[in-house]
Amino acid sequence: MQTDNNYIAKFDIAVVGAGHAGCEAAFAAARLGLKTALFTISLDAVANMPCNPSIGGTAKGHLVREIDALGGEMGKAADATFLQSRILNRGKGPAVHSLRVQSDRVKYHAYMKSAVEHTENLYLKQDEITDILTDGGKICGVRSKLGSNYAAKAVIIAGGTYLKGKVFVGGVSYESGPDSTLPANLLSNSLTELGVELRRFKTGTPCRIHRRSIDFSKLEKQDGDEEITPFSFENHEKLENKISCYIGYTNAETHKVILENIHRSAMYSGKIEGVGPRYCPSIEDKVKRFSDKPRHQLFIEPMGLDTEECYVQGMSSSLPEEVQLKFMRTIKGLEHVEIMRNAYAIEYDCCDPTQLLPTLEFKNIANLYGAGQFNGTSGYEEAAAQGLVAGINAALKIKGEPPMVLDRASSYIGTLIDDLVTKGCQDPYRMLTSRSEYRLLLRQDNADLRLTETGHRVGLISDERYARLLEKKRLIEQETERIKHVNIAPTAEINSYLESQGTERLSTGIKLSQLIKRPELSYDGLAPFDKERPELPKEVREQAELNVKYEGYIAIQQQQVQAMRKLEKKALPADTDYTKVRGLRLEAAEKLNKIRPLSVGQASRISGVNPADVNVLLIWLSAYGKNEKDNGETNG
Amino acid sequence: MSAICAVSTPLAEGAISVIRISGGSALTVAAKVFKPAGGKSVADMAGYTCAYGYVVDGEGARVDDAVLTVFRAPHSYTGEDVAEISCHGGLYVTKKILRLCCENGAKPAERGEFTKLAFINGKLSLTQAEAVMDVISAQGELTLHSANLARGGELFRRIDGIKSGLIKLLGELSAWVDYPEEELPEVEDAAMAQTLSDSAAQIKRLLAVYNNGMLLRQGVPAVIVGRPNVGKSTLMNLLLGYGRAIVTDIAGTTRDIIEESVRLGDVTLRLSDTAGIRETEDEVEKIGVELARRRLDESALIIAVFDGSSQPAAEDTELISALAERAARGGRVIALINKSDKGVQSEWRGALGEFESAENGAVFEISAKSGEGRELLERRICEMFSAAGDDSDIFVNERQKYCLERALENLQAALGAQQIGVTLDAVTISIGEAAAALSELTGERITETVVDEVFSKFCVGK
Repeated sequence: MQTDNNYIAKFDIAVVGAGHAGCEAAFAAARLGLKTALFTISLDAVANMPCNPSIGGTAKGHLVREIDALGGEMGKAADATFLQSRILNRGKGPAVHSLRVQSDRVKYHAYMKSAVEHTENLYLKQDEITDILTDGGKICGVRSKLGSNYAAKAVIIAGGTYLKGKVFVGGVSYESGPDSTLPANLLSNSLTELGVELRRFKTGTPCRIHRRSIDFSKLEKQDGDEEITPFSFENHEKLENKISCYIGYTNAETHKVILENIHRSAMYSGKIEGVGPRYCPSIEDKVKRFSDKPRHQLFIEPMGLDTEECYVQGMSSSLPEEVQLKFMRTIKGLEHVEIMRNAYAIEYDCCDPTQLLPTLEFKNIANLYGAGQFNGTSGYEEAAAQGLVAGINAALKIKGEPPMVLDRASSYIGTLIDDLVTKGCQDPYRMLTSRSEYRLLLRQDNADLRLTETGHRVGLISDERYARLLEKKRLIEQETERIKHVNIAPTAEINSYLESQGTERLSTGIKLSQLIKRPELSYDGLAPFDKERPELPKEVREQAELNVKYEGYIAIQQQQVQAMRKLEKKALPADTDYTKVRGLRLEAAEKLNKIRPLSVGQASRISGVNPADVNVLLIWLSAYGKNEKDNGETNG
Repeated sequence: MSAICAVSTPLAEGAISVIRISGGSALTVAAKVFKPAGGKSVADMAGYTCAYGYVVDGEGARVDDAVLTVFRAPHSYTGEDVAEISCHGGLYVTKKILRLCCENGAKPAERGEFTKLAFINGKLSLTQAEAVMDVISAQGELTLHSANLARGGELFRRIDGIKSGLIKLLGELSAWVDYPEEELPEVEDAAMAQTLSDSAAQIKRLLAVYNNGMLLRQGVPAVIVGRPNVGKSTLMNLLLGYGRAIVTDIAGTTRDIIEESVRLGDVTLRLSDTAGIRETEDEVEKIGVELARRRLDESALIIAVFDGSSQPAAEDTELISALAERAARGGRVIALINKSDKGVQSEWRGALGEFESAENGAVFEISAKSGEGRELLERRICEMFSAAGDDSDIFVNERQKYCLERALENLQAALGAQQIGVTLDAVTISIGEAAAALSELTGERITETVVDEVFSKFCVGK
């Protein structure tokens, strides 16, 4: 590519796109001391929520806590702008407790934009980036649609659904970004020329309706938690809910209208070539695929305090507007519904994430990174997590420091990225708790214990915060140890308490920890029988209790982690031609050449690489005497 | 620390067999199964040294006398700590020692795993290494090939059936957890417990098939018991005399028990005659009796001989109730009322009634001296052991057995945890482990399977 040296401005890092991925990437890079530009097609769309006005949820809530633990912004923004907060899955066990908030969409955007504006080293600029500039094959900057060149040593693509975005509503389709923004039509070509393989994915969003047209008396009300857990570990404020959500149901009539018009859906008429997400099917998908279900649930979620717009979760569609109105009006409580924004499907360019390293840098294009929906994922939280990792790694690379690679046992973020770069994705990837094999270790309540040290080492966590973490850790360890040594005598008091809790009486003395292990009992409930108990903060008590209650399971999972990490430490040389490795099956060699795993552990997770191939790799590796080399900066 | 173990000599009858244990805990495992005769401790043995001693079982009883050779890392074949037990070559004893090693913490080695370790630890030259790579990749092909074969096979079908049940359950649990706001059916406690216990029962059956298969391949360890002079030796001679083929003489675990092999139809009996079971003050005889008791516990078939021509003695009654209990737990027992030629006292039928009604029991009148009743006995033994029926084509090896046992353990843990009310996120860990152990047999990756299950079975999403 022709390089123009007349730069309008010079940066260390250029982030293309200011959505949830772009913002986190830019924050991380700037906070690590790099001069960072954050480009967006519209300043009014910074950190926009073009779909549901909500942050967190199952597994996604874990991601937000982890982002916070590493020094990211999303948790703080969500805490500052939420309307309603709930912990989902209460009663299903600590590993799957998931925090979710309804957000004020406009306030969230305003918070993030302001935070960006107030960050040192960070320059927010409205401009469509059309080209990645290279000099002798090396990334050297970006060019905007207005013809301006910006120098940058590294570029992070976080284009979301803007790249060649195309909206579909029934038979109508037009080029557009999300929420009626302008699409980014030119950048794709530049990426392709650089050697990035692009493909089309599709996603969709339901309609937004006017509050006054809803009959709330016919819907079920859903309120937030009484006691609210914040996302950010640094937040100790008392938080309050501001709104209620409502639940409604589709019915036979709704399904009839949809089925009668299904041929008019953009998804079913064959107009859309992109692959849609399995986890987030349109209502026509649900009605067709699960025809035995008599009804589907929908949630009515206010979009903010200063607007009458309400989001209708569960009703994503690409049917024509008149059909949308017709089926929406069959729903009890929505008989007179007024649609303010119609539902639509959107198709966009994204990359195959197996082209990326676990640092999110392109394997074949040094200093070019991808993050967010551009990498084939879906969801604000997944995007933000990748943005953070890409931002950190781009900054570390320019600073000449070792990269930050999070492994599967460290976090959901590590699991997400490992899945993406190792297995790729066939449809937009959503985080699920079932994707983690180490769920009981990777709880949302201990994200700080797992990751804040890494955040500190990288430079995003202050010394003060790190010191607070170390103190918390110390208290947890001390208390966990203490309750293992406290003796409880079989007194009348304890026995009458045990009976009242529906658990067995004591006939001999027992350690307090043994009692806490009983599912019927809790650490706090046993306080009267634990005379020497010190005053401890809630989060310390909670961790000590979980450590004891799930001790056996935690031990099993830690063994699994150890086994996994053994192979993870066997680094594979980046320049290996696997077709030359004697004994590898051709299929495995081809897969390995494509994915180019960093370690034998990663190789073992590639589909098409079987255990015998892994053995061959281990043997080959030792023959080359490279198994001594540790695999960089694996954290956890 | 871990260790792997395998029989390193060909698995066939030979003068000596070698069981090799390798890994960080190899010597710990060896110390548990091997006691040096001089009272020395295995942990103190230097590399490249041997000790004569005994292989002992969990209760400290001698299984065989053997020689232990110790290699200290890195000066061993694999480069790790290695212990080699050279024992007498009998298949039964060799397998038994291998099993003892497994029970004491070693994992059965995969094919070529020692060589692989040797390679990884830099113990082989490049040329040797390349040869090994060729072999391993060929083995990969072989595994693939046999996996393909096994795909249509009975074992695959059964394991797949159990696994599908578990994956369905895991899918339900995952959907229920990942989509708390969808109207998904609750995972019912009762249904979940049902799936878990059904799966556990099926695995138990497969493990039983394994044991049966082992018996068929290696001979049924059978023991003849009874008071002195009821005709045990005569019976042994009768069976040996009429046996169509004496397979081999296997040196028994002790010189006090004579073991002979005899083929009855499809079944090979590895028959031993024991010292008479009775309380004794004599030290030497005491050991013999103790051995007989132990032998009793290890045998797959007990043939109890009673003297029908005299009244049941107190010791007979004791033996009968012990046998009935064993039969009730699934042990196979045949009671022979001997000396039928001299006429049988009527009390015997009553005395053996309790035991006759047990599922795996049988009662026959026989004259060991004249041979009358022998055919009936032979037929019954064949029925008992060749009754593998539909399961006969199931091939289960030591490694597969290990996977099955792991699955079973985890299912039982899950059931127990569920019963006492442990939260499902933790219970799921055990179910996942069980499914993973089964997947190891069929070569799938479990998390992807579960995620796929969630999406194919449930209508979820915003």
